Amino acid sequence: MTEDSKTPLLDQLEEGPWPSFVTEMKRAGEKNEMAKDLLHQLEKSYKNKIGYWKHGGIVGVRGYGGGVIGRYTELPEEFPAIAEFHTFRVNHPSGWFYTTDKLRQLCDVWDKHGSGLTNMHGATGDIILLGAPTDALQPCFDDLAEIDFDLGGSGSDMRTPSCCVGPGRCEFACVDTLDLLHDITNEFQDELHRPMFPYKSKIKISGCANDCVASVARSDFSVIGTWRDEIRMDPDEVANYADGNMDIQAEVVDLCPTGCIKWEAETKTLTIDNGECNRCMHCINLMPKALRPGKDQGATILVGGKAPIVHGALMAWVIVPFMKMEPPYDDFKDFIRTAWEWWDENGKMRERIGELINRLGMRAFLKAMDLPPVPQMISAPRANPYYFWDPEEVK
Amino acid sequence: MTRTDFGPPNYKEMLPPVIKENYGKWKYHERVKPGVLLHVGESGDELYTVRVGSGRLVSTDWIRDICGIAEKFCGGHLRFTSRHNLEFLVSEKEKLEPLIAHLKEEGYAVGGTGHSISNPVHTQGWIHCHTPATDASGIVKAVMDDLFEYFTDWKMPAHCRVSLACCLNMCGAVHCSDIAILGIHRKPPTIDHDIVRSKCEIPNVIAACPTGAIRPDPKAKSLTVTDEKCMYCGNCYTMCPGMPVADPVGDGISIWVGGKISSARTPPKFSRLAIPFLPNNPPRWPEVTDAVRNILETWASHANKHERMGEWIERVGWERFFSLTGIPFSVQLIDDFTLASDTYRSTPAFKW
Ligand code: HEM
Ligand code: HEM
Ligand code: HEM
Ligand code: SF4
Ligand code: SF4
Ligand code: SF4
Ligand code: SF4
Repeated sequence: MTEDSKTPLLDQLEEGPWPSFVTEMKRAGEKNEMAKDLLHQLEKSYKNKIGYWKHGGIVGVRGYGGGVIGRYTELPEEFPAIAEFHTFRVNHPSGWFYTTDKLRQLCDVWDKHGSGLTNMHGATGDIILLGAPTDALQPCFDDLAEIDFDLGGSGSDMRTPSCCVGPGRCEFACVDTLDLLHDITNEFQDELHRPMFPYKSKIKISGCANDCVASVARSDFSVIGTWRDEIRMDPDEVANYADGNMDIQAEVVDLCPTGCIKWEAETKTLTIDNGECNRCMHCINLMPKALRPGKDQGATILVGGKAPIVHGALMAWVIVPFMKMEPPYDDFKDFIRTAWEWWDENGKMRERIGELINRLGMRAFLKAMDLPPVPQMISAPRANPYYFWDPEEVK
Repeated sequence: MTRTDFGPPNYKEMLPPVIKENYGKWKYHERVKPGVLLHVGESGDELYTVRVGSGRLVSTDWIRDICGIAEKFCGGHLRFTSRHNLEFLVSEKEKLEPLIAHLKEEGYAVGGTGHSISNPVHTQGWIHCHTPATDASGIVKAVMDDLFEYFTDWKMPAHCRVSLACCLNMCGAVHCSDIAILGIHRKPPTIDHDIVRSKCEIPNVIAACPTGAIRPDPKAKSLTVTDEKCMYCGNCYTMCPGMPVADPVGDGISIWVGGKISSARTPPKFSRLAIPFLPNNPPRWPEVTDAVRNILETWASHANKHERMGEWIERVGWERFFSLTGIPFSVQLIDDFTLASDTYRSTPAFKW
């Protein structure tokens, strides 16, 4: 019955230079009724300016509490093929690297069981397989397992963690982001697959302060690579940048936030007062041939980042200024477990760990983590006199 | 019984040989031209990356197409980025230009590196979610068609990250973007008491409301909403299907500016509200594409080199931002929801 339906509004989105998702929906629709009905329902949304998806009915695969998101159209008579149209979140390999063999296998499984539509990738990092009926879920997962693809997280669990490309292709990486990610994803399989926390919990790993996976904004536990010693410098390459078209004084020195770089144009000498450098990455970003992070590398751990729901957006806060990050990453795993335990014990339903720290106070969190307060944790000390003493401290 | 808990495919099996050999031993990189990066290892090995924008919502046939390209030019390897871009990894220099020529011929969008706009991170919208106030893919397509020149060229003073979320749940966490496009509702939920009674746990729904706008209605064994307290977040609807907030007239778009993630030069920043409401006008949302272009071009023509949107605004002041862009200032832009955690540090850039 959808045969003569037209999609005049969506057709307009096939024009223009940017790749068209409408074209992709039509391609999938040529082979698949679900994709076709999805296209027609979307046209209706474009016409009436409202969505038609329902919230209701728990679905999943055996053994797991998450990884599949249930979806039902409000208009099953009009669009029967998408009456049930559930999403798989499939755990991606570290750094989103693929062999084409692997991707082709994935496509074959998805054409067999689902709509043939995907998101490469979802905002959390998973491969999103968009739309399969309830009956197809278990057989589809069985086939995915056959080709070594496991599910990611959803609901109140650890969500699929993600990381930047790191040492795979970036000379700035101070942490082996790909290995750390793979290691902890395997370590925390239970937490990933069986929701049992107050709410979702996210871990994201960036190799340096450029934070290419936006961990500070999007994760409860943000790992950002850094160093403790001195920026490595190749003076000849500095001179080459100066001989090229870079204005080192204006573009590098004047923009250094701590004013710790000096440039002598006559002698083409750059000096960095490393004790005063805050490792923001700006100078290194501009002169990657000449400057490199130091050699005593590790990570800063920040906690509490999240999007607005429920009590407003937060950016993560520095909790551990420096942690060595080497396999088997025991310190990091212990840290995560202790923090989860505290949150699990004290958190209310739908309270992210950042909100819990806000509610109970940073001091309670630091005590639970057995961490000493240090000035690296704050941008300024308090400005109000309402502070507390433990009776133990008043003697 | 299917095996469980075996984890993601091992990335080590996915890496091309040149990356295996130079893993952790990259020496430097160059931005060759828009869309093309060159990484050079300590060994002297070279790796060219060609970045391609994708619509994110793609068919299996599209994936097979790009696999074909990677098999022809890249030894059967490819990767994606954190912003839904696709990257072809070329270790033989003589294949670089033929690859780029092939991509252009086939209509792929090469760009998104360096001082260009990258692919907008975005969400599901009307395609697959129950709480959207707008569509996601459609606006992104319209905005990127309009700003295409900024994806393929280096015409801006610094990075500019554009993101979109279709409701204030903000999947994709758009709240630290240079320009964020956010769907918003403007009407309190309508209550279907039968559904509330049969399907919802009333205490949980009450607790979910950030502003305390929901109260029990013991007589009706249901709930009431104090409309003046409701800021239309839809939290109650996520908890309870009897309280939908979507509405064709109430729903639309807000625009936020000046956010930043990296710690380079200045700490990460939240995006701030610049335009409280624009109408949903599918399929091409002209009001939104005009507003985004205006903000982007005003910044690009006034900012110093390497100065991100938020850094520029901090330097010139918000009052100047509004006078230069011509965006009217309205009472919605003044915050009245408090969060007092701003004295904690949010940057790993500090002194030992
Ligand atoms: C009255 C019972 C329900 C309650 C209290 C409830 C509660 C919630 C909560 C708190 C969330 C946010 C969790 C998150 O972001 O991960 C959520 C998300 C969601 N709920 Fe429900 N829900 C209910 C019923 C349902 C039903 C029956 C479905 C059936 C499909 C459903 C589908 C979803 C989906 C798809 C999400 C997004 C999941 C995700 O983000 O991973 N909900 N629900
Ligand atoms: C806290 C409130 C949030 C709620 C209630 C929520 C709820 C939902 C729901 C209902 C969906 C399903 C859409 C569909 O049917 O496919 C979804 C998808 C998704 N959400 Fe969220 N979400 C929240 C925040 C976030 C955040 C902060 C992120 C990431 C940083 C995120 C990442 C995702 C991803 C990756 C998807 C899959 C589809 C996509 O990429 O658009 N969510 N979420
Ligand atoms: C010149 C030095 C830099 C290099 C070599 C570099 C490298 C990269 C790489 C390889 C990616 C893709 C990562 C992935 O998706 O896994 C990426 C993404 C990203 N980078 Fe950087 N980056 C640099 C500087 C910066 C700076 C200075 C910023 C911010 C001011 C930044 C912000 C981002 C963001 C937001 C992304 C998200 C992904 C995307 O655009 O596709 N980067 N960067
Ligand atoms: S976060 Fe740093 S190490 Fe990771 S890809 Fe970005 S620039 Fe490289
Ligand atoms: S990393 Fe940042 S603070 Fe340190 S010297 Fe370079 S520009 Fe200055
Ligand atoms: S941002 Fe809102 S509407 Fe969009 S996918 Fe996420 S929860 Fe759904
Ligand atoms: S929409 Fe948000 S603010 Fe309004 S009643 Fe529901 S939960 Fe409360």
